[in-house]
Amino acid sequence: MTIIHEPLLIADGITAGYLPGVNILDGCTLELYPGEFVGIIGPNGAGKSTLLKALFGLVNVREGVVRLRGESITNLAAHALVEKGVGFVPQTENIFPSLTIRENLEMGIYLDSDKFGERFDEVCDLFPLLGQRASQRAGGLSGGERQMVAMGRALMMKPSVLLLDEPSAGLSPALQDETFIRCREINATGVSIVMVEQNARRCLQICHRGYVLDQGRNAYTGTGLELLHDPKVIELYLGTLAQG
Amino acid sequence: MAETSRSPGAPALTGLDAVPGVAKPDPILIADGVVRRFGGLTAVDVDHLEVPRGCITSLIGPNGAGKTTFFNLMTGFDTPTAGSWQFDGHDLHGVAAYKVARFGMVRTFQLTKALMRMSVLENMKLAAVDQPGERLATSLVSSLWRKRDDEVEQAAKELLHRFRLDHMADEFAGTLSGGQRKLLEMARSLMVKPTMVMLDEPMAGVNPALTESLLQHVKDLPGLGMTVLFVEHDMDVVMDISDWIIVMAQGEIIAEGPPASIASNRAVIDAYLGAHHEDKSVFDEGPAKIAIPGGAEASDWAAARAREERDQ
Repeated sequence: MTIIHEPLLIADGITAGYLPGVNILDGCTLELYPGEFVGIIGPNGAGKSTLLKALFGLVNVREGVVRLRGESITNLAAHALVEKGVGFVPQTENIFPSLTIRENLEMGIYLDSDKFGERFDEVCDLFPLLGQRASQRAGGLSGGERQMVAMGRALMMKPSVLLLDEPSAGLSPALQDETFIRCREINATGVSIVMVEQNARRCLQICHRGYVLDQGRNAYTGTGLELLHDPKVIELYLGTLAQG
Repeated sequence: MAETSRSPGAPALTGLDAVPGVAKPDPILIADGVVRRFGGLTAVDVDHLEVPRGCITSLIGPNGAGKTTFFNLMTGFDTPTAGSWQFDGHDLHGVAAYKVARFGMVRTFQLTKALMRMSVLENMKLAAVDQPGERLATSLVSSLWRKRDDEVEQAAKELLHRFRLDHMADEFAGTLSGGQRKLLEMARSLMVKPTMVMLDEPMAGVNPALTESLLQHVKDLPGLGMTVLFVEHDMDVVMDISDWIIVMAQGEIIAEGPPASIASNRAVIDAYLGAHHEDKSVFDEGPAKIAIPGGAEASDWAAARAREERDQ
């Protein structure tokens, strides 16, 4: 007897890059099952962010296929993916600096603008600061505050899949921990998450499964805890500084 | 735990009182009454601050505390509402950013600023000073600048090797990943051979294993006669590397002292480190329970399959 488990989102044998003839991803594969929290870690330049961009149609996929609920979404435009329930938070330049916080969040839900009021309240429950400073221009916010705006905007559409590119980068330790706890809470509400992180320990602690990428290929996979204690992963990637 | 000053040649900081604004032996940077207001918001309000020479000093604080604004003020990228500061005996009020750099105070940016359509090596070489080839008359005779150009290129290649970017030397800087841009930014700041280098979150986005080797290079800088002031959020890094720590919150210096005194400072824990810094048990719970029917089963199955693949 075989049980067929269908991933919600699958990237199969992805080859992609920015310049002609230079592949950043070289046959990379990722599966995300319903409700799952998947972490991607790996050295700088391994292709982690590019893999997220490939899932979201922001980089041209040369070979391989991306499927959402069995349907190919390879190279679809980003707005079409938002409509299908995929949310994306880029690593940098992820807000509109000249707009207010409220307007930034409105941009996240222009496909379904009737629901703005209701969703705005929900997002402000999660990030109270956004509600308190709703009419402030986002360009005047600090790095950590910008990250909250970007996450809040992606959540406005109630995505079923959320793609996060280093959400903790540039945040203070208290806020980093807070961000990871928030991500776990978001996941607990049924949103499936793919997260790229440099804070690998925290990431592996809260994700169900993790992928270690190296030079555009899958190096290791396993549950978060397996990877956290895998000597090869520690040597190649995690380092020994932070054992806590 | 007794903390000692670890940087070679650094003045002893052990006997100093751990209070904001304490006087240091031989400070390289002294700020007095530096205030910066944006409309009604006071971003920076530093009464008195001294940065010790030849040491690694960390500037930490919550997001929006004014750390980057303080960097901008000190390096001439922004003008304070009030205040004065001296770097190595030079009064820097109203001095343009490029002149500040010539005095030997060089900074990096949290949001990296590379020249995307130039190669990584060109980005590095551009930062070097005293290049005869940059002047019109001398640029016409290659023998006048060739030697200096070779030196610069050699220095650039050595730094790129140290920062593990040598394989990217001939690529456009625009093709670097987020973490690699951080590395380029840091390497480029060292091309100027500064006396003081100010690093704005150099490790954010750099993978942990590489962070460790970079830390070693930062630790070597005081031995080469440099003073380091850096903003960083990774407390493992901060505690490992710092001779002295300054804590900012809401624009003011709320605490300073050697690492051990900061880690146990109540005000710092409340304002910055957070409750989970001491009690990490919240993360021992592991991942959330999968909320979608059938999802948990599928996830376990995928994990088991990954395990099988690995054992093969």
